[in-house]
Amino acid sequence: MIDSKIPEGPISQKWTNYKAHQKLVNPANKRKLDIIVVGTGLAGASAAASLGEMGFKVLNFCIQDSPRRAHSIAAQGGINAAKNYQNDGDSVYRLFYDTVKGGDYRAREANVYRLAEVSANIIDQCVAQGVPFAREYGGTLANRSFGGVQVSRTFYAKGQTGQQLLLGAYSALMCQVNAGTVKLYTRYEMQDVVMIDGRARGIIARNLVNGNIERFAAHAVVLATGGYGNTYFLSTNAMGCNCSAAIAAYRKGAYFANPAYVQIHPTCIPVHGDKQSKLTLMSESLRNDGRIWVPKKKEDAIKLQKGEIKGSDIPEADRDYYLERRYPAFGNLVPRDVASRAAKERCDAGFGVNNTGLAVFLDFSEAINRLGIDVVLQRYGNLFDMYEEITDVNPGELAKEVNGEKYYNPMMIYPAIHYTMGGLWVDYELQTNIPGLFAIGECNFSDHGANRLGASALMQGLADGYFVLPYTIQNYLSDQITVPRFSTDLPEFKATEDAVKARINHLLGIKGKKSVDSIHKELGHVMWEYVGMARTKEGLETALAKLKEIRKEFETNVFIPHIDGVNIELDKALRLNDFITMGQLIAIDALNREESCGGHFRSEHQTEEGEAKRDDKNCFYVSCWEYQGEDKDPVKYQEPLKYEAIEVKTRNYKN
Amino acid sequence: MAKNISFTLKYWKQNGPKDAGHFDMREMKDIPDDTSFLEMLDILNEELVAEGKEPFVFDHDCREGICGMCSLYINGTPHGKTATGATTCQLYMRRFNDGDVITVEPWRSAAFPVIKDCMVDRSAFDKIQAAGGYITVRTGAPQDANAILIPKQDADEAMDCATCIGCGACVAACKNGSAMLFVSSKVSQFALLPQGRPEAAKRAKAMVAKMDELGFGNCTNTRACEAVCPKNETVANIARLNREFIKAKLHD
Repeated sequence: MIDSKIPEGPISQKWTNYKAHQKLVNPANKRKLDIIVVGTGLAGASAAASLGEMGFKVLNFCIQDSPRRAHSIAAQGGINAAKNYQNDGDSVYRLFYDTVKGGDYRAREANVYRLAEVSANIIDQCVAQGVPFAREYGGTLANRSFGGVQVSRTFYAKGQTGQQLLLGAYSALMCQVNAGTVKLYTRYEMQDVVMIDGRARGIIARNLVNGNIERFAAHAVVLATGGYGNTYFLSTNAMGCNCSAAIAAYRKGAYFANPAYVQIHPTCIPVHGDKQSKLTLMSESLRNDGRIWVPKKKEDAIKLQKGEIKGSDIPEADRDYYLERRYPAFGNLVPRDVASRAAKERCDAGFGVNNTGLAVFLDFSEAINRLGIDVVLQRYGNLFDMYEEITDVNPGELAKEVNGEKYYNPMMIYPAIHYTMGGLWVDYELQTNIPGLFAIGECNFSDHGANRLGASALMQGLADGYFVLPYTIQNYLSDQITVPRFSTDLPEFKATEDAVKARINHLLGIKGKKSVDSIHKELGHVMWEYVGMARTKEGLETALAKLKEIRKEFETNVFIPHIDGVNIELDKALRLNDFITMGQLIAIDALNREESCGGHFRSEHQTEEGEAKRDDKNCFYVSCWEYQGEDKDPVKYQEPLKYEAIEVKTRNYKN
Repeated sequence: MAKNISFTLKYWKQNGPKDAGHFDMREMKDIPDDTSFLEMLDILNEELVAEGKEPFVFDHDCREGICGMCSLYINGTPHGKTATGATTCQLYMRRFNDGDVITVEPWRSAAFPVIKDCMVDRSAFDKIQAAGGYITVRTGAPQDANAILIPKQDADEAMDCATCIGCGACVAACKNGSAMLFVSSKVSQFALLPQGRPEAAKRAKAMVAKMDELGFGNCTNTRACEAVCPKNETVANIARLNREFIKAKLHD
C-alpha cells in the first residue's frame, strides 16, 4: 500500500538508473505546464528558479514581503558536501553513512545516498552563482568540522552560511522573475490544496495585505514550507514559520510521516520570562572550544539559582563537565540529541544554574587561557556580542583571577526546539501520496531519520530544489502535457474557497476573550512539558487530554478583531488552528512509537546508563499517518525500512 | 537581574498609503528590561487586543537580526540605537530608562509606501535585484568549485558586501531616499568575484537604471546610510559602484 518507488540496482546506481529511464518533458511542452511552488526558502527558491529556467511556468508564493526573508536565512554553521578537498578520506559513501548513523538508522537509505551524491554539485552551483564561501590563502575553498563526524566537509560563509546560500538561490530566482518564467506572489499565505479527480491541481491562498481569498491553478503543486517547530510556541524558528500548508495537505489525505521526530538544539539562550517570543540559537560551532558544565555540589547550584553567586565563583575542582565525563570519546561534540538530553538530566536532578533552574554553563575560560582572548574573539566574537546584547553578560570578559587561574563569565545555555525531521511523507520522487503534490526541504520527512546532523539541512534543501525535484517532477508531468490549463472557475475551486472562507468566518465569529498568542503559549507549555525532550506514556496521554481542552478553548474563546485588510491576529489564528492539530499528531506518534531513537526519547525505553534504546525488531519503519477527520484519531500505515548498504548498529559516542 | 521600567510609547498609525496617519500614545507599565523591543510591542498588542482594539502592525520575522524584515524608526534612528551591527529585533529594553518617551515610526521614503502603520512595501528592492542582481548560470553541471581560485582577501571582501540584509535602513536614513548603499553592496559582491565579471558592466547599468526608475533619490555622500547600516556596509561600496558604472558608460 505504501510505495516508496525506490529504483532497482545497487545503492550507488539507483539515481543514475532513475535519471536514465525517467520520462522527460520536451521544451515546447514545458511552456504549457504550470507549477505552483509554495515557499521561497532554500528548497522553494532553488526549485522555482530551476523549474523556471527549464521552461515551465512557475507561480511562487511566500508569506514575507520578499523571497529573501525565508528562515533558511538564519542558518549559521554551514553546508556539508562530500568533496574531499581536505584529503581526509571523505567520500559519497562516508557522508551517506554518517547521515544515516546520525539519524539513528531511521532514514530511507536510497534517499540519503542520493543526497550525498548530489552534495558536491551544490557547492559547484553555489560558487558559480557568486556565493562567497570562506577560502584559504591559496584561493581554494575552506572547510570545517561539525558534530558527529570525523572529517572536515562543511563549507561555510562566516556564521551566515544560510544567508549566503539563500541569497544565491534568491538571485537565481530573481533572474527567472526578470525572464518572465516565474511569477512571484509575496505576502500570500496558502490556505488549502485544490483537488480535481484525485490530483492536486491548485491552491487557495490568502492575500495578507487586503485579506482577499484567491484561486490559483497549476498542473502540479510543490510545498516547500518548512517545519513545524513553532507548534511549541518557543523555538529557534522565525515568528512566521508555520505548518499550515503541510497540515492542509494532510487534511486532504497526504500522509504525515514521523511527526514525533523533533530536534532539540542543545545550545540556545535559556528562557528568561513569560513575555519571551522566541529562542535564539548560539551556533553549534561554540562546542568546538566551549566546555559545558554544572556545579558538582547541589548547594552551589542552589546559590546560583538564588543569584547569590556567579558561575565564575565556582572553582575548577567543583565543576562537573558532564559531557566529558559521560562521553569521553566525543566529549562536548556529541550529537545534538545526546547533548540536549544530558543537559536536561542535570537540570532535572537540581543542578541547573539560572533562576529557573533550567540552564547549564558553556565556558570559554580554558580556551581563552590556551589560545588567548584575541583568537577566541576572532572565532566567536560576533556570537559573544549577540549573547551580550540579549543577556547583558559578555562571555569574553574576565570575571576573576584566583592563584593565577583566570575565570571568565560563562554563557548560560539550554536546549530548545530547532528543527523537525518528520514531515509530509514522500516517495523517492519527492511526491506525496497525492498525485501531483510534492514536498521538498524540511517540509518532507525523508533524509534525516530521527535526528539531523549539523550542516545537513542546507544540503537537503538545495539538493531537493536544484537537483532532485526538477528531474522527478517531469516523470509526473510527462503524461500531463495534453491536459489543458485549468480554469479556476471549476466547481472544485469554488468549493475549496468556500470552505476556507467558512473557516475564517467561523473563527471571526467566536468573539471570545483570549488572544491567539495566549492560547498558543498554553499549547507550547503542554508540548514542551509532555512532548518535549523526554516522553512517557502517561505524559503523552495527559498531553492529548490537555490538547483537547486547548482545542475547545480555541474554538469557543479566541478573540480575533474584525479588520479589513491587514489582520495579523487572523493570520496567527489560522496558523494556530493547524498547530493544535499538529501537536496532537506529534503526541499520537510519540505515544505509538514504543522505542527511543534520535530526537524521540521515551523514558520507558532507555539503557541503564540512560541512553536511548531503539527497538529495531518492532520499530524499524516510517510511521505514516492518515487523517480521518478532526474528531477522530488518524490511522497509521507503515513503510518498512530496508537497509541494503548499511548494517544497523547501536550508536556509540563513548569510545 | 532584570528590573522593570515604565515609559510612554508614541507609535505611528496609518491605515494604508493614502491615509494621513497619526501618532497614538500609550503608557507602558512595568516592562522587564530584559524583554526585546519587539516583545515589548507584543505586550502592547496583547493589551490592545484585550481591549478589543486593532493591534499595531509592524514587520518582523526571524528576531535574530538576519532576515531583514524588521524595520522600525525608533527615536529618530532606523533600528534604534542598538549596539553596532544590530537590527530592531536585537534592541533590548535595557537601553531605555524609566520615564522615557519612545517614538516609533515607519521607514519614510517615497519608494517604500506604507501598507499599514509601520509595515511598508519594500518590493522595489526585489525589482532592483531582478534587474541584474545575479550571475546568469544554469542549474546543472558547472565546473568544479575549486577550478577558479579566488584570493582570500577578495572572497572576504565580497562576503562583507554580501552581508547586506536588504532591510532598507539606508534608504530610511538618507535625506534623499537613495538606495545606493543597497545597490552598491550587491554590485560590489559580484564585481569582486571572477564569476561576476562578465556581466559586471551590464549589471551596474541595469540596477542603477531600475533604482532611478523606482523613485529612489540620488547619493550626495552624506554617509547617513553607513552610520545606520545594521550590517556595517560601507560607502566604499558606493565608490566601487560609481567606478563600475562610469567604466560601463565609457564603453557605450
